[in-house]
Amino acid sequence: MGLHEQLEELKTKSLKEISRTDGLKNLEDIRVNVLGKKGPLTEILRGMRDIPKEERPKVGELSNHVRDNIVTAIDEKKAELEKAHIAKKLESETIDVTLPGKPVTQGQPHVIQQIIDNIEDLFLGMGYQVIQGPEVETDKYNFEMLNLPKDHPARDMQDTFYITDEILMRSQTSPVQARTMEKHDFSKGPLKMISPGVVYRRDTDDATHSHQFHQVEGLVIDKNITMTDLKGTLEVLAKELFGDRFEVRLRPSYFPFTEPSVEADVTCFNCMGKGCSVCKQTGWIEVLGAGMVHPNVLRMAGVDSKVYGGFAFGLGPDRFAMLRYGVDDIRNFYQNDVRFLTQFSKKG
Amino acid sequence: MKVSYKWLKEYFDLDVEPKVLAEKIERTAVEVDQVTRAEDGLKKIIVGYTLDVRPHPNSDHLNICQVEVGEDEPIQIVCGAPNVAKGQYVIVALHGARIKDNVKIKRSKMRGEQSNGMICALQEIGFDEKVVPKVYVNGIYVFPEDSGVKPGEPVYSYLGMDDDVIDTSVTPNRGDLFSMDGNAYEIGAIYDKKLTLNHRQLKTVDETDNIDDLLKVKIDAPDDVLAYQMGIVKNVTIAPSPFWLQVRLMTAGVRPINNVVDITNYIMLKYGQPLHAFDYDKLSAKEIHVGYSPDQTKFVTLDGEERSLKATDLMIKDGDKNIAMAGVMGGLDTEIDDHTHTVVIESAIFDPIKVRKTARYHVLHSEASMRFERGINPATVTEALHEALELAAQFGDGKAVKDQITAVKPNPQAVEVTLDLTRINHVLGTQLSVDEVTKILERLQFTVQVTDETFVVTVPARRWDIHIPADILEEIARIYGYDNLPSTLPTGSTTIGRLTTSQQVIRGVRSILQGSGLNQAMSYGLTTAQKAKLFMMQSSEETKLDFPMSLDHAVLRMNLISGLLDDVAYNVARKEANVALYEQGRVFYRTDGTDRPTEVEHLAGAITGSLETKNWYGKEAPVDFYQLKGIVDLLLHDLNFEESISYVASKEYPEMHPGRTADIYLGDKVIGFMGQVHPQVAKQFKIPETYVFELDLQAILDAPKKIQHYDPISKYPAITRDVALLIDQKVSNTEIVAALQAASNRHLEKIQLFDVYAGKHIPEGKKSVAYTLTYRDKHNTLTEEEVNKEFEQAIESLKKAFKVEIR
Repeated sequence: MGLHEQLEELKTKSLKEISRTDGLKNLEDIRVNVLGKKGPLTEILRGMRDIPKEERPKVGELSNHVRDNIVTAIDEKKAELEKAHIAKKLESETIDVTLPGKPVTQGQPHVIQQIIDNIEDLFLGMGYQVIQGPEVETDKYNFEMLNLPKDHPARDMQDTFYITDEILMRSQTSPVQARTMEKHDFSKGPLKMISPGVVYRRDTDDATHSHQFHQVEGLVIDKNITMTDLKGTLEVLAKELFGDRFEVRLRPSYFPFTEPSVEADVTCFNCMGKGCSVCKQTGWIEVLGAGMVHPNVLRMAGVDSKVYGGFAFGLGPDRFAMLRYGVDDIRNFYQNDVRFLTQFSKKG
Repeated sequence: MKVSYKWLKEYFDLDVEPKVLAEKIERTAVEVDQVTRAEDGLKKIIVGYTLDVRPHPNSDHLNICQVEVGEDEPIQIVCGAPNVAKGQYVIVALHGARIKDNVKIKRSKMRGEQSNGMICALQEIGFDEKVVPKVYVNGIYVFPEDSGVKPGEPVYSYLGMDDDVIDTSVTPNRGDLFSMDGNAYEIGAIYDKKLTLNHRQLKTVDETDNIDDLLKVKIDAPDDVLAYQMGIVKNVTIAPSPFWLQVRLMTAGVRPINNVVDITNYIMLKYGQPLHAFDYDKLSAKEIHVGYSPDQTKFVTLDGEERSLKATDLMIKDGDKNIAMAGVMGGLDTEIDDHTHTVVIESAIFDPIKVRKTARYHVLHSEASMRFERGINPATVTEALHEALELAAQFGDGKAVKDQITAVKPNPQAVEVTLDLTRINHVLGTQLSVDEVTKILERLQFTVQVTDETFVVTVPARRWDIHIPADILEEIARIYGYDNLPSTLPTGSTTIGRLTTSQQVIRGVRSILQGSGLNQAMSYGLTTAQKAKLFMMQSSEETKLDFPMSLDHAVLRMNLISGLLDDVAYNVARKEANVALYEQGRVFYRTDGTDRPTEVEHLAGAITGSLETKNWYGKEAPVDFYQLKGIVDLLLHDLNFEESISYVASKEYPEMHPGRTADIYLGDKVIGFMGQVHPQVAKQFKIPETYVFELDLQAILDAPKKIQHYDPISKYPAITRDVALLIDQKVSNTEIVAALQAASNRHLEKIQLFDVYAGKHIPEGKKSVAYTLTYRDKHNTLTEEEVNKEFEQAIESLKKAFKVEIR
């Protein structure tokens, strides 16, 4: 058998062996056996001396070719075996991906806080400031400066907790209007503010009444503020808080500190205006009171009502939250049941 | 006010659906509570005539009645009413009828006798007991002779039950809408209709008497009486009112009593003018005084209650004997009764504030006081009196004395308001023309004079709520219609809307606590006297409500923790064992001698149970001091104070665990505290082991903050050394760290505690603590020698300071 045949036979035999191998160790043995210094290929090449000089290049070429074939086969087999090995290992590492993740506890802002923040952000975007006022007020700011002299029948509209004859728990956030107007320097520009906060009324707590609740007061005073600005602003507010499908309508009402005074209704959440028991078949739900600031209020705060005017509005985040989320008992907001507090966590 | 649609139609042709009218009223004038029609839901209720009534043989209170119901044969009905009798026109619910609350009436046998329906009381067909004439409250209703009812016909139209009643909720400024006349003016303006007022003239008079010989009136309190008139009707027979009047009153929610009292109520509904009728013969002095009585004088009002008067209650007196609380309620002694022969009728206007104070003080809010408080039309004081006298003469078959006494003449003054078109459009944002504005004002029946674009509006006295241009603007706006206003947003110079630094910090603080697992709570600012003064951070007087509604909410809180503990208790009682809450709000401190407390922003938290929910991969760790301290520390660290924060053990809080409480210092000032609630206090609150903190948020907001700048990250490596010490239990971590720091100020970058152990293998009273000390030179590579030297120094200083064993 010539060298040529020997090489071909070695190739065939080795490739067969490689393909049959099922372990990395065996494969390494084959490599050492076949290609090593004591292996058959080296042995065959030693026989080169015995062939004629002119045939040598041909045999050399063939032997390189055989060698390359074997090396490639070994490499391919090795990759194949390694892949299988890894797959097996990964298979053994499989976990149940449906088991719950390790809980990361995160607290929630109170639902009323969420509504207040929402309103603040909306009005900040429209150039308003957020101003806080005292919860313990004087009769002067809570009533008198708002055109509600002592013994005015409209004081019946809000029964008040008094501490002394002159000091009381504020029954509305409106006193912040008077306080802010007094301080504001109108030569530096218009006054645009909202004031969220806690208010108190003499009420017995039940599903729809609370002796403590929240209000957000809004006030804009400038030289050219119109009732249509009030209407537009309230529409923006309603759409922000409830959604674009909600409409606003104004109805006449009475507040001593505004003239004209209006109440604003929005489309009923429950029936979207068709009429249901929630809205007493009207299709509308009352959500806030508003109006054009009464000249007496401006005058008492030292603002010239011939030059300046504006609008004010007041709304109740508690009521908004009840309407928006269908909360049927206002006491939920102040009992702080964690099962209640953690319900309002949706960010989207 | 309950506004009758039928009554309204007497003022003008009204061809609007009542519900549509109600909606229009709501959009233009005042809120409408509801629109009701009494007959709705009722069925087969007709007039019957009792032909025969005889006792039921098997009952001591039932009667068997043969009732004509407009059919060929009378029907038999068994009736249990005590007042059923032969020859009565009654209300019959036939077989198959529906009465109040959708109750169905069926043919049945009652103790063996056939009953083919039911004879009804007014309450049974939906009338409120408050409006049912007293004689019929405990029995069936019997139609009076003048009702003109016919057996077999439905009862609804006779009883006004086919009328639509629009129940309005009148705002305090619109006292004029507490009268039918006022409502007619308003609806006339809405629909642009001219109304016809049907005010009866006084005609039935007797010329013989001179009123001044019969009665004198003296006004002792002229400042509080704005109008005062009296008239007299003689030879009156007291009887029930005509049926139409009774029906009208019941529809309006007023109980018919007798002709004279009913007339005063009718006039009140029609004109909005409350009247009061006295029995002339029960007056002894025949000299009326309007003035005051000494404090605590006893006076029995019409409702039979004895009241103790205040010296500020305006009273009507006969001589010096009180006979009525002006504008609020009459007295029992001079009440009209069945034997009254001569009637004195008072028509007046009293000071609204006086009436309001009296009504409030005595908790006597009557239909009259409600109207006096909101104002009375001075233009119709006399007209109302005249019509009342005329009706009393007619219905009581008597004669009115020709003249009346006018002790204070009513002063109806029209108000003139001037405003111009520019102003109107400027405020409303409209583009109304002179004509449009004029038309609106004329619809309201105001007189308008226009010069160029200036309006001089003369407002009649019946709209006493209107004084200034803004009031006219409102009238224009609401009649024009708010729906017709466009929507715009304020223009003008730009303002910057931003939160103040404090507001931003508060938002940040909230988000850190939420991120740490605490839910935001909102508790009550008013609490019990006891809870208000727990967990106090500083001494303060309590601030109490003058008249609290309940002791649970009587005193202003001086801490937030007690509210949070109430919340924890609420949750724990409902099997919610893991509670983590925080609250941001105000506490109220008051110093002795001041009435008004200072309001300070505080921040507090409470945790109990575990912060982790029960899980499958490990045990949930119960909360402890250090878990809460981690949260507080994170919060305070993120606030970036200039001064440093430290915790010092404190036994000063009686409500806190004496061994597990720390004052929190910012520099050398205490800004709060934290720790475990005293087990005994926890027991009182019915809560398990709970950890709390409370911080003076205002102090935190006010404290100077570091200016933040970039700290270059060193490229030179750090070298660490660990040390484990056996040391006395009593030596605190702060002391050890301080000692380590004191001796190694050059390259020591950080001291990290990584182990604390006491117990097995450690001698009694000792603990093993271990620290990693990190050294770094920011500008060079540190050598082992340098580190070793510094480390040794630190250990030496520790040994000097404490009895310590290096392990």
